[in-house]
Amino acid sequence: MKHLALGTALSFLAGAAAAQELNLYTTREPGLVEPLLDAFTASSGIEVNTIFLKEGLPERVEAEGDRSPADVLMTVDIGNLVDLVDRGLTQPVQSDVLEAAIPESMRDADGQWFALSLRARALYVAKDLGLTEFHYEDLADPEWKGRVCIRSGQHPYNVALTAAYIAHHGEAEAEAWLAGVHDNLARKAGGGDRDVARDIMGGLCDIGIANSYYVGQMLSGNGGPEQLEWVNAIRLVFPTFENGGTQINISGAAVAKHAPNRDEAVALLEYLVSPEAQKIYAEANFEHPVNATAAVSPLIVQFGDMTPDTITLTEVARNRKAASELAEKVGFDN
Amino acid sequence: MTRAWLAGVAAVAALVCLPVASLLVIAAQGSSGLWSHLAANVLPVALRDTLVLLAGVGVLVAVVGTGTAWLVTAHDFPGRRVLEWALLLPLAVPTYISAYAWLDILHPVGPVQGWIRAILGYSGPREFRLPDVRSMVGCILLLGLVLYPYVYLTARAMFFTQAAGLIEAARTLGERKVFRRVALPLARPAVAVGVSLALMEALNDIGASEFLGVRTMTVSVYSTWISRADLPGAAQIALAMLALVVGLVMMERWARRNQRYAAGQRPRPIGRNALRGWRAGLAMLACAVPVLLGFAAPATYLVVEAWKRIAFAGISPTLWSEALNTVLLASAATALVLLCGTVAAYAGRLHGRGGLLARATTLGYAVPGTVLAIGLLPLVAALDRGLIAAGLPAVLILGGSGAVLLAYMARFMAIATGGVESGFARIPPSYDHASRSLGQGPTGTFRRIHLPLSRPALVAVALLVFVDCAKELPATLLLRPLNVETLATHLYGEAARGTYEEAAIAALVIVAIGMAPVILLARQPRPRYPGTP
Repeated sequence: MKHLALGTALSFLAGAAAAQELNLYTTREPGLVEPLLDAFTASSGIEVNTIFLKEGLPERVEAEGDRSPADVLMTVDIGNLVDLVDRGLTQPVQSDVLEAAIPESMRDADGQWFALSLRARALYVAKDLGLTEFHYEDLADPEWKGRVCIRSGQHPYNVALTAAYIAHHGEAEAEAWLAGVHDNLARKAGGGDRDVARDIMGGLCDIGIANSYYVGQMLSGNGGPEQLEWVNAIRLVFPTFENGGTQINISGAAVAKHAPNRDEAVALLEYLVSPEAQKIYAEANFEHPVNATAAVSPLIVQFGDMTPDTITLTEVARNRKAASELAEKVGFDN
Repeated sequence: MTRAWLAGVAAVAALVCLPVASLLVIAAQGSSGLWSHLAANVLPVALRDTLVLLAGVGVLVAVVGTGTAWLVTAHDFPGRRVLEWALLLPLAVPTYISAYAWLDILHPVGPVQGWIRAILGYSGPREFRLPDVRSMVGCILLLGLVLYPYVYLTARAMFFTQAAGLIEAARTLGERKVFRRVALPLARPAVAVGVSLALMEALNDIGASEFLGVRTMTVSVYSTWISRADLPGAAQIALAMLALVVGLVMMERWARRNQRYAAGQRPRPIGRNALRGWRAGLAMLACAVPVLLGFAAPATYLVVEAWKRIAFAGISPTLWSEALNTVLLASAATALVLLCGTVAAYAGRLHGRGGLLARATTLGYAVPGTVLAIGLLPLVAALDRGLIAAGLPAVLILGGSGAVLLAYMARFMAIATGGVESGFARIPPSYDHASRSLGQGPTGTFRRIHLPLSRPALVAVALLVFVDCAKELPATLLLRPLNVETLATHLYGEAARGTYEEAAIAALVIVAIGMAPVILLARQPRPRYPGTP
């Protein structure tokens, strides 16, 4: 990171940027993407300037318009990617490398966005329960009353899960399910995904919904000894829909419509799905690689295989609004 | 010359109101279809929660802020000297950091509940646990304990310099009623300014309330925008909230429309009443508890967590450049905001129309930071285009620091205008008249009368704005240039991916940066007036 004065000077010169660099706008946290970008710079010689944004990335790119320095837009959640395309902030990319590495269902048909890694919306279970199989539908079963922990129903990860539920069972059943899950909560919906492991360890709840990769992060010991204690209290289970598979979401990227460094942008995307980078996704971030030639981290694999759901990502994206409204309707976070 | 001051305040008001106007434009692009869903499913809870939160925080900050200010200015008791400045320390702790720290301290599997269970002989949180912090009561206590210094600061300044004569005369008639009958009514404008600042902070807070599971209107703004990609709808809710706040502020001003607050005599500090025995103990306790809960506990937690992290992984090398960025941005913004706030407050004193414009400069404080920044985006972009078309370097360039500074200004002008105004309010209008009749214009009067006499208020405003800018997260995150991180954005990046342990060090540095001005604030010399010994 450079100093502010330098950063400002750079932005003055944004139009006259030197060759062999590119500008990345990302909603993925710096700590997650830095190892990948460092490896990319080492292998290609292209410098990457980054800005980490959260809410408002599309609004900022939109306001910058045709003078936007953004080359690559990187985000998580299919809804966010589709939103970028719908706003006309992306451009199509034709690349044999990308098409060979990424399965067809994990990229836009016109090359407007590409998935880079996968994550499962998984179940954390208290180890002593001995549970190894689970259906998302069971979360609403009164058997679990007062035993379930989960984060806010408005969080994109949970909105996507509800959206997939709508795709399987329709809106009316999804509403009943969501209300049932709410009735089973051991505590108010909230906190983060790791809190599910901590709360299970503390005996607040027995099961909870959280993303798969946090288990790897906690098991790796990088988060310190306390998190190791949390994760050792739980088991990771890949739940399925009764008539489908495990709900997965993606992290992905698109090339910005007015990218001043388009070639470098495509080079970054191609690098990110290469076996080398996919290995970093798997081993440093514990996500599932999108490129089938790369292996899942052993810390995750030990919990068994994961079968992705049959519902397509675009269908999930389409139900996002309805899912978010359902969460408000049943007062999921109240 | 009055006209120049009015032009100045008009320019400032325009800069602050434009983002709000641009939100109006965004809101108008949406349909009103959103409101039937909101009315059925969201508003009943969100409105109730918002009002309960505001009422709770309002009462808490008014009682704690005014009470402690009265104790330390009009009384003497052991520890008073230390507590007088320590009471300001919670200002240095951003609400989102305090929320996280308390949640961890009081977590069912955290230290406090662990000890309690060990003492009582319970084996796990299933058998015994305290009520969850993640509740309305938790949120009110938490925000109140961090935000009361806004009231403490304004009320204390008022008690310091008020007509000591009035209060001392009242004392001869019996100590008990002095506070309620004389001091409190006199301090009302200051308390009102402090409370309204605290309430607006509480209202546009997203981090702490979301963390604590309180579903305010602000949370609805976010879910409408983020989960449903309905920015116009989100802008509509934000504007409705803004209308609510403006209504409340106007009601308070209207309620004291016929009152005048300038001291008739030369202001001087009140003589202190020495407390003894249990009264002294109680006073000390009353002032120590807010400091312990609002500052000492979360800060100690951060020190412990940061220490563990440094021992485990060392300090990130980028931390110092992030700290430098934070200080640079906050300093530049403070200079800008102080200048504009002074212009607005003085123009308001000169002319009725200036007063209205001065009110307008405070609008931005009640709008959630990200929403305000979204309103600012198209404007900054348009400004840049204009500058480039005119062949000038686009100094504001979206993604340059200019945009961040503008956002800070739009956001924190309320602190400056309100603070400087209440500083001016203590200067009797007869001083203005005397100066003008001796041949000084408005500008000369300002330089020779208002500037020196309101110096303490100006310093207080500068320090408050600095601390607020250093803590600011949402607008900084959205508008900062490429490759630039501040401590707050770094901290957010870690917190967002759940690696809070990494964030503890950055959080501690934010608190430390915030503490420096707070201590300065407490040490600034007592206001001196011409002719006082």
